[in-house]
Amino acid sequence: MSDLHKRRKRTDKIFKVVFLIFIGLALVVLAALIFDIFSKGFIMMDWGFFTNFDSRFPEKAGIKAGLFGTLYVIGLMIPITFITGTATAIYLEEYAPKNKLTDLIKLNIANLAGIPSIIYGMLGLAVFVRTLGLGRSVLAGSLTLSLLVLPVVIVSAQEALRSVPKSLRNASYGLGANHWQTVYKVVLPSALPSIMTGFILAISRAIGETAPLIMMGALTFVMFTPQGIMDSFTVMPIQIFNWTSLPKTEYELVAASGSVVLLLILFALNGLATFIRYKFSRD
Amino acid sequence: MKNNKESNWYSILFDKKIRHMNSKSSQNNWVNYILLLATLISVFTTVGIIVILVSDSIHFFAEVSIIEFLTGIKWNPLIEPNKSYGVLPLVAGTMMITLGSALIAIPVGLGSAIYLTEYSSTRFRKIIKPIMEILAGIPTVVYGYFALTFITPQILEPIFPQIQTFNALSASIAVGIMILPMVISLSEDALNSVPESIRQGAYAMGSTRFEVASKVMVPSALSGIVSSFILAISRAIGETMIVAIAAGMRPQLTANFLKPVQTMTGYIVQVSLGDTPVGSLEYYSIFAVGLLLFLLTLSLNIISQWILMKYREVYH
Repeated sequence: MSDLHKRRKRTDKIFKVVFLIFIGLALVVLAALIFDIFSKGFIMMDWGFFTNFDSRFPEKAGIKAGLFGTLYVIGLMIPITFITGTATAIYLEEYAPKNKLTDLIKLNIANLAGIPSIIYGMLGLAVFVRTLGLGRSVLAGSLTLSLLVLPVVIVSAQEALRSVPKSLRNASYGLGANHWQTVYKVVLPSALPSIMTGFILAISRAIGETAPLIMMGALTFVMFTPQGIMDSFTVMPIQIFNWTSLPKTEYELVAASGSVVLLLILFALNGLATFIRYKFSRD
Repeated sequence: MKNNKESNWYSILFDKKIRHMNSKSSQNNWVNYILLLATLISVFTTVGIIVILVSDSIHFFAEVSIIEFLTGIKWNPLIEPNKSYGVLPLVAGTMMITLGSALIAIPVGLGSAIYLTEYSSTRFRKIIKPIMEILAGIPTVVYGYFALTFITPQILEPIFPQIQTFNALSASIAVGIMILPMVISLSEDALNSVPESIRQGAYAMGSTRFEVASKVMVPSALSGIVSSFILAISRAIGETMIVAIAAGMRPQLTANFLKPVQTMTGYIVQVSLGDTPVGSLEYYSIFAVGLLLFLLTLSLNIISQWILMKYREVYH
């Protein structure tokens, strides 16, 4: 009996260590990745990296085109995605009746979230670039990325709306407000911080997306910044991808510099999302 | 009669209760329609994807038989002569990356989730969560770069000197790391949804933490855990940039993880980077591969949802 007891205790301890090593493994990999990229990334980074276009000489290659391209594409994507995503969430949570059709729409959105991003690129190529004749433009890129992150935005906005206490709605109805007034002036403002948190995380996912934009035909080597939404463009991750595929070894350092810029932007957005969640959390 | 018909389709799309309120306020009416319009975008997205993949694949299958496509063991669509369109090498490449990444992400992910729910202090959990979110937010192109310039030369080359610059192993490892946060957070959610009373009951019987985890918590949360594994696998199948950067561009039937392979997604990227003329057989071939990829990931997602619904333990 005592022997068995000891053995059970020992198994417990062993697995504690094993599981801890597993978590440690994830942390070590993250640390190695950040250390590797930041230690290489600053070697060739200077002010010129931000003000130069891409170049066939690694020391002159810069990320200006990608930086502006990302700014344009994401800047245009933000209002499109926010409005459609929130509107869909409001419909599904507040207006849709409980029936088979609504269930089907919800199931459809859950499945859309699981479709590989490159397939959205094919959709963008066929619908926006070719059928609607938008060409390989900023607008086509924004619309493609919008469709890609929309399911994530909808689901997180739905959760935000669902978490608004029922007492708030009842108070609003009690004061004589109608359904839309209640949704627009009571439920939505109360859910807004949560909606924003999910939305910012979705934006940061879109900033890092490469495959769908390559697929719809964004350029890899660009010597200009877009001037309007119908101009062609490149984005930061595509430039990084392009640099990793070049044979000169100095481009490895240029790619690291690009990754540093991209990661810093994403960390800042991640921090902003965490801050909003912390600041407005209903505890 | 006409009125009755109208109210029928109306009640399918809008709540009866709201319809009643609408009679007092016309404002509610157009709000309904605008919101519904936004919702329909998601429906059209799905329809659009299916229509495009199928209609462009038809052009491909007009020249290459489906049987040749699905059973052929040689994929050589770009270089003349001897073009051949057997998709199996691409499927095999995808399966290798998926298997390799699952072997990493599933045990590490489940183990970490068990540690966080059963062993860890609240403080440790509060530190780990944001770190996992950072890991989840790293762009795949950065993971690909890390696999090519760090994992292969610094970690794998000392162990396997014969490893090639582009190889399936480094890509598998990077994809495994990429899907890890997803496995951890979904498995953790599943474990947390088991009622506290069941856990406390097991502890009251004198179980150790490992026994509670392995004999009570994991079996109780199994549907959620398995569905998280399947979702992660589906994500690995669709992963594109890591394999495009680190796994190489050579479609071949091999089981050697130290050699380059090409996945379905890798092929699609390769074609879209080149200057393939629209309307050529190569151009249509990416839609056929895309259709196969779509069906594969869609069926995994549906299986995962089915498991969640069918086998979910309902606690009261």
